[in-house]
Amino acid sequence: MAKLRQKVLVLYLANSALDSRVKGWSIYDGTGKAHYTTGDSDTPPYSTGLAALLDGWRVIQFPQLNPPYPGMEYTTSFQMYEFIFEQLEEIDG
Amino acid sequence: MVDKQYLLNSKQMASFVARGFLRFDELVPQSVNDAVMAEIDKGSIASAAAGTPLSQCYPAPSAIGHLIRMPEIQGIIQSLVGPDPLFDHQAIHVRQPNEGQAQGMHGDSIIDTRMHFDIQLMYFPHDVPLAMGGTLLVPGSQYRRINEMDIARYQNLLGQIPMVCKAGSVLVLHHGIWHCGRQNQTDQRRYMFKVRLNPRVRQLRLWNTDDLTADQKQHKAIFTRDTNAVEDIQTILGKGEPWFEDGAGRLEIVNRIKLWRFLTGDQNFDVHYWLTRLENMPENLALAA
Repeated sequence: MAKLRQKVLVLYLANSALDSRVKGWSIYDGTGKAHYTTGDSDTPPYSTGLAALLDGWRVIQFPQLNPPYPGMEYTTSFQMYEFIFEQLEEIDG
Repeated sequence: MVDKQYLLNSKQMASFVARGFLRFDELVPQSVNDAVMAEIDKGSIASAAAGTPLSQCYPAPSAIGHLIRMPEIQGIIQSLVGPDPLFDHQAIHVRQPNEGQAQGMHGDSIIDTRMHFDIQLMYFPHDVPLAMGGTLLVPGSQYRRINEMDIARYQNLLGQIPMVCKAGSVLVLHHGIWHCGRQNQTDQRRYMFKVRLNPRVRQLRLWNTDDLTADQKQHKAIFTRDTNAVEDIQTILGKGEPWFEDGAGRLEIVNRIKLWRFLTGDQNFDVHYWLTRLENMPENLALAA
């Protein structure tokens, strides 16, 4: 039986639309074939979230749209539009 | 007090307010760089206690003390946190050769909601090519309210800057800036000396304000091509960073406006009308015709 491993792609987009521009990215490779770390690339893997879909990634999480907490309307914090994707890849053995 | 010629100007201050850092390439002479490397090798850079006035730290003979007392460095320090700030802490950061991993993205210390700010002075005593990593910083991240390593999952953000530089370069950061040590893929150790400083005076017009003229308050048209044609204080404070989200990017401009008001004492200053619009809450009644 084939062994499957998960690859995870996190894209930080310009707004809540999946086809908006990529502003940031992180990759975790459960196959162990590649290793990614902070500051290892200046070029995003995809230009938009939709481009990742077209390349075979499956979205597994959309960011929630929550109204600002009262008093925090002008406060900036984490990247707001974090979309998480996965691919399952067969490995040997 | 340092001679006025060494103080920052208003555009440099605006750039610090907008982007959270200033860099000064090859500011420190090679003789001082060599002397500092010798002190690092000997492990002889002693730390003062937190809260010690900087003037009492690093007594002579000390290469780091000599560096701190350079008028160019004193001018930077005085412009941002005032004369003789308090020593907070120091660190000699070392990245080992051929590391497989970078440091996670983070903000130093803990979440800090002050308008007042500390600075972190980072000094690079030897050349730092890209393969050696360099400190990675995210311009404009200083206002984001996060706590230390909360942001470690952010591997890359558009517009991030790896500090690739020649020996003797200095980076001055707002305490809130997101940063990390990039992985060192060379066979040599990488060193960086850091010292954090706290202001002891109200951060109000501490720099050379001779160029802070009334026209820096003039609003520029938004959404026009000529908006960024001239680099002035309005332009510097109004220019977004590539990693900003569409909506939050506008809030970052507001954060800058608030800090510029704090630093200049001008409570009516604005960029692109962002705050003036919100502050317009007329109470006078319209007269009947």
